[in-house]
Amino acid sequence: MEAFGLLIHGFAVLLTWKTLALMMVGLVLGVFVGVLPGLGGPNGVAILLPLTFSMDPTSAIVMLSCIYWGALFGGAITSILFNIPGEAWSVATTFDGYPMAQQGKAAEALTAAFTSSFIGSLFAVLLITFLAPGIASFALRFGPPEFFAVYLLTFCSFVGLGREAKHKTIISMALGLLLAGVGMDTVSGQLRMTFGLSELLRGINFLVAVIGLFGISEILLTMEERLALRGHAARISLRVLLNVWMDLPRYWVTLLRSSVIGAWLGITPGGAIAASFMGYNLAKRFSKDSDSFGKGRIEGVFAPETAAHASGTAALLPMLALGIPGSGTAAILLGGLMVWGLNPGPLLFVEHKDFVWGLIASMYLGNIVGLVIVLTTVPVFAAVLRVPFAAIAQ
Amino acid sequence: MSSTEPEIAVDDPTAPAEDSPAITSTRVVETIVYIVLLALALLLGFDNWRTGMGWEAEGPQAGYFPFYLSIVLAAASLYGLVDIFISRAASGETFVTRDQFRRVMQVFVPTFLFCLFTQWLGLYVASFILIAGFMWMVGRIALWKSIVTSLVFSLAMFVTFEIAFDVIMPKGPLEALFGF
Repeated sequence: MEAFGLLIHGFAVLLTWKTLALMMVGLVLGVFVGVLPGLGGPNGVAILLPLTFSMDPTSAIVMLSCIYWGALFGGAITSILFNIPGEAWSVATTFDGYPMAQQGKAAEALTAAFTSSFIGSLFAVLLITFLAPGIASFALRFGPPEFFAVYLLTFCSFVGLGREAKHKTIISMALGLLLAGVGMDTVSGQLRMTFGLSELLRGINFLVAVIGLFGISEILLTMEERLALRGHAARISLRVLLNVWMDLPRYWVTLLRSSVIGAWLGITPGGAIAASFMGYNLAKRFSKDSDSFGKGRIEGVFAPETAAHASGTAALLPMLALGIPGSGTAAILLGGLMVWGLNPGPLLFVEHKDFVWGLIASMYLGNIVGLVIVLTTVPVFAAVLRVPFAAIAQ
Repeated sequence: MSSTEPEIAVDDPTAPAEDSPAITSTRVVETIVYIVLLALALLLGFDNWRTGMGWEAEGPQAGYFPFYLSIVLAAASLYGLVDIFISRAASGETFVTRDQFRRVMQVFVPTFLFCLFTQWLGLYVASFILIAGFMWMVGRIALWKSIVTSLVFSLAMFVTFEIAFDVIMPKGPLEALFGF
C-alpha cells in the first residue's frame, strides 16, 4: 500500500534526536498543562505557539501536537484524583474515575484512563493513516443539518442519561448555550445580548467560564468540607498495571465502540467533549448493569477516555486533508500551519509529503512515548497535588 | 488495596464543625435560584426579541436561537418552581451551615477582591497578595513560608508570561516603576 510506504518514510523523517527530544518536552509540558485546570489543550497550544516560530515546521508541529497529546492524558489525572476535570473532555471521566479513587482504586483508574486513551488514539491514528483520502471527501458533504443532528443527539443523551433531575439538566444546557451566544453573531454580524457593553463584544471568554464554573465553584464546594485528603494517592505499580491490562480484553466492545464514536465525532466537528460524553452515555446504556455507573466502574473510565482521545486525534484528519479543524486545538494548529506557509488541504499531501507523514508518524510514536511517560510520572504529578489545597486553590 | 500506597495526608485546621447551625434550607435557595433564572430568561428573551427572532429570507435572524433557548430556560425554571411547591417532602434539607458558609466566604471574598485589585495593581501583585494572604490566614501556614512561596510563584509567572512568552497581562504601578 502506498500509505504504508509513505508512513515508513515519515518515520525516517521523525527519528532524529532533535525531534525526539522535542517530543518528550512537548509531552511533559502537555501533561502539565492538562493537569492544571483552566490551562487546557487549546490554550496551552496557543500560548506555546509563538515559541515554535523559531523552529522548522516539522519539529514545531510535532512538539505542538505532543503538547496536545500530553494535555489529553493529563486531564485525566486531576479528574480521577481530585474530581476537578483538567479539561472539558475529562468531565465524563470524573463520573466513575473519582469514585474509584475514593474507593482506593486510584491507580487502577489512572492506568485504565491512560491505557484506554492510548487505545483510542492509536485507533484514530490507524484510521488517519489508511483512510485519509476517503473520509476527507465524505466529511466535505456534511452540511448544517447533519451537524445539528449530531449535537441534538448529544444534548438529548445528556438529558436522558443525566443523574440530576431532568429540568435541571435542561436549565444548565439552556443557560450554557445562552452564555455562549452572547456577543457577535458569526453569521449575521449582529450583537446579541451584550446590553451595550463593549467588553461583551467577543462574548464571554471560554476560559473565564471554565475557570468560574469548574475551578472556582469546585473550590468553594470543597471548602464546605474538611480538606483533609486521604487515600487518593497513586503509585502505579507493575502489579496494578498488569492487572488492569489483563482485564482490558473483557471490555473490548466498549473500547471499540468508544473508539468508533470518538473517531467519528472527531472527524466531523463534534469534538472531544461530545465524544467523551457520548462514549460514557452509550456504554452506560448498553451495559447490563447501568446502575453501577457513577459509583466506580472501570468501564466508566474506559469509555469516555477512549472516545475523547480518538476524537481529539481524529480531529487532525480533516484539518490536514481539508483545512477544516475538527476541534479547537486543531484550529490553532491550523493557524500555525498557515503561518508557516503550509496550506492545509489535499495539496498538502502532495506537495509536503515529508511534513504530513512525519506528523502522522509522530502521532504513533508520541502516543507510545506519552503512555510510558504518564504511567511512570503519575507519582510526580500526584506529588504536585500534595501541596496543601490552600496553596493550590489559588 | 491501599495498604501499599502512600497516603496523601493534608491537614485542615479551620474545617467546619459538624454541629454548626444551618443558615437556610435547600428549598429556599432553589426557589430563589429558579426565580433568578426565570428573570434572566425573561430579560434575555426580551433582548433577543428586540434583536429579531423571526425568519428572514436567508435564514433565522440573529436572535432566533437564543430566544427559543430563553423560552426553554423559562419553562424549565417554572417547572422547577412548581415542583418545589408541589413536593413538600424535601423541606428540611440544609443548604449550608454557618461554619461552611464562613469557609466559603473565606475563599469567595478574597477571590472577588483579587479580581478588583487586578484592575489597579495588576495581575502579578494582586496574585502575590492573594496567594500569601490565603496561605497564611486560611491555610494557617507560617507567614514567611506564605510570603516566600507567593513571591516565587508570582515572579515565576511574571518571567514566564511577560518575558518568555510575551503574553501581556494587566499590570500595575509596581511594574511600571521597573519599566515594564
